[in-house]
Amino acid sequence: MAIQTPAIEVENLVRQFGDVFALDHVSVSIRKGEFFSLLGPSGCGKTTLLRCIGGLDIPDEGVIRIDGTDAREIPAHKRPVNTVFQSYALFPHLTVRGNIAFGLQMKKVAKPEIEERVKRVMDMVQIAKLADRKPAQLSGGQKQRVALARAIVNEPSVLLLDEPLGALDLKLRKELQIELLALQRRLGITFVYVTHDQEEALVMSDRIAVMRAGKIEQMGEAEALYENPRTRYVSTFLGSCNLLEATVRQRTPTGAVVQTTVGELRVEGSIPDRNKFTLAIRPEKVALCAPGESAGENRIKVKVVEVIYIGSETHYVLKAGEQPLSAEAMNVKVGHQGFDIGQDAVVHLPAAGLLVLDD
Amino acid sequence: MANRHQGEVRFGEQLSARGQLLRSALTSGPSILWVTVFLLLPLVGVGVISFLTRGEAGGYELPLTFGNYTRFAGWGFFGYDLLYPQIILRSIVLGAGTALLCMLAALPLAFFIAALPGRYKNLALTLVLIPFWTNLLIRTYAWQILLAPESWITRAVALVGLIEPGTPLYPSAFAIYIGMVCDYLPFIVLPLYSSVEKIDWSIAEAASDLGADGKRVFWHAILPQVMPGLVAGVILVLIPAMGQFVIPDLLGGAKTVMLGNAIQQQFGPSRDWPFGSAIAFLGMGVVLASLWFYARYAGEKGGEII
Repeated sequence: MAIQTPAIEVENLVRQFGDVFALDHVSVSIRKGEFFSLLGPSGCGKTTLLRCIGGLDIPDEGVIRIDGTDAREIPAHKRPVNTVFQSYALFPHLTVRGNIAFGLQMKKVAKPEIEERVKRVMDMVQIAKLADRKPAQLSGGQKQRVALARAIVNEPSVLLLDEPLGALDLKLRKELQIELLALQRRLGITFVYVTHDQEEALVMSDRIAVMRAGKIEQMGEAEALYENPRTRYVSTFLGSCNLLEATVRQRTPTGAVVQTTVGELRVEGSIPDRNKFTLAIRPEKVALCAPGESAGENRIKVKVVEVIYIGSETHYVLKAGEQPLSAEAMNVKVGHQGFDIGQDAVVHLPAAGLLVLDD
Repeated sequence: MANRHQGEVRFGEQLSARGQLLRSALTSGPSILWVTVFLLLPLVGVGVISFLTRGEAGGYELPLTFGNYTRFAGWGFFGYDLLYPQIILRSIVLGAGTALLCMLAALPLAFFIAALPGRYKNLALTLVLIPFWTNLLIRTYAWQILLAPESWITRAVALVGLIEPGTPLYPSAFAIYIGMVCDYLPFIVLPLYSSVEKIDWSIAEAASDLGADGKRVFWHAILPQVMPGLVAGVILVLIPAMGQFVIPDLLGGAKTVMLGNAIQQQFGPSRDWPFGSAIAFLGMGVVLASLWFYARYAGEKGGEII
């Protein structure tokens, strides 16, 4: 298979604001047609990276290639990318139609063609009825659609989205996530999507780059990233995680036996040469059982400290001695789920669910 | 907009009809009274007088007549004369010219001040306001001195070769506009600055992202956002500038009659109150008409501003 030119190639990108590195030697390669998310808390540099790609910010060092062409010399208004801004940034004095037509007008596209393309895009994102309204007369969700239409009407090779759903309520956000994803699949445009919402990133992305303090901490497909976080930061930012400090007791052909604050545990997989490391286990991998119920390895006695019932599932805060643990279980039983605050129970930590972290 | 529910509680209280009336009377009453007694009634008076006839020894008397207006339009005692239409035209040109020059000067200035670091902004705004601390006449006389033949400004201009050495820069149209711009600049800088401060720069970025170069970003994304301040500023300059006559008098060599001194002349030396009232009314009409035209034009460019 021929090697395809990446849509975006970023090499050793540095952007400094005073003493702070907003981007600290970031390198990433984004494939054509991919839905790529930059995930991280505010201030991690994800928006700066997006702005550098769009040409709205100038990196201090490093290379950006768009479709294989060095973009450093290309000013923002000539780059083949378009941005959907977090605040939407719609032109307040123009109608919805005027907003969407703006990019094509700037490119001096012929009038009949502009009209046709604007109409097609408005149908696509279902805002044809709003064509003659001004942005001030639109709801948040409608503005979001206009901002999206205004960008995709230009048929960019890459669409940059800066927390486009950040200002919307949860229900609308979930609806639009699905729509946005469907749109991306249909148009085949490369999406680079900035978000601080880990669930959003998991739902939508082909690949995710988790960023922290100007660096990409880990990058990969959503499932791989969630199932195999390599650092404490990734494990706790992307979902939640129980972290246990472990000391190696004995190395075995398939893994090791380690000593932790909750007792001796068997761990599978490749074990680092270090004798001390951190183990992580997702709360939903922690199996909570009544005392005496079912067997299994890595069994630990716990006390139920808190029960948080959320309908389809229940979250438990447990204590194994002094070590707090969290567990999550789907409420598959009919009626009472069987655990109350103060009750004694047993958890089973499957060896395959215990992950060895790098830090 | 939406149908208000009957007896809806607003501001956390429910008032009876009488209470509503009392509250309105107490809050808006004084200002309404003030405007009525000191603005509206005198204005009606001026309007009525403008249709009366000049008395033998000044003052005014019946019969009612349109004579004052036709006289202003040019049909005077000695046949048709363009004197007064010219006066009004001159005032319009002076007002519009001043507004235009002030706008051109204020735009970069407002952006410059807005771009300054926080603590320098207030300093810069104070500097813009400093001329207000000096009396208008003193400032205008100061320009006479600065623009006199032997002043360093005039010499410098002569040295560059723009004028013959020894010729003064004043009295001249140039001197008039210098005086006018210096006088009215703060009126437009302040509202414009407050608009510039509020600019949403992400809209400018969006324009650039969508393919607009620098010029078009300014025209399509920045100018519309500062339109409210620009419109307010131009109005604040246009209205007083059209009535201004002291500056053209002092810096233009007292040769030109403007609307302002035409009115003053009728109420003073000529003692023709009805004619003076007619000029005042027409002047007001001209100002309102130009504002209307301007608002319509600006409205087209800047959306729903006015």
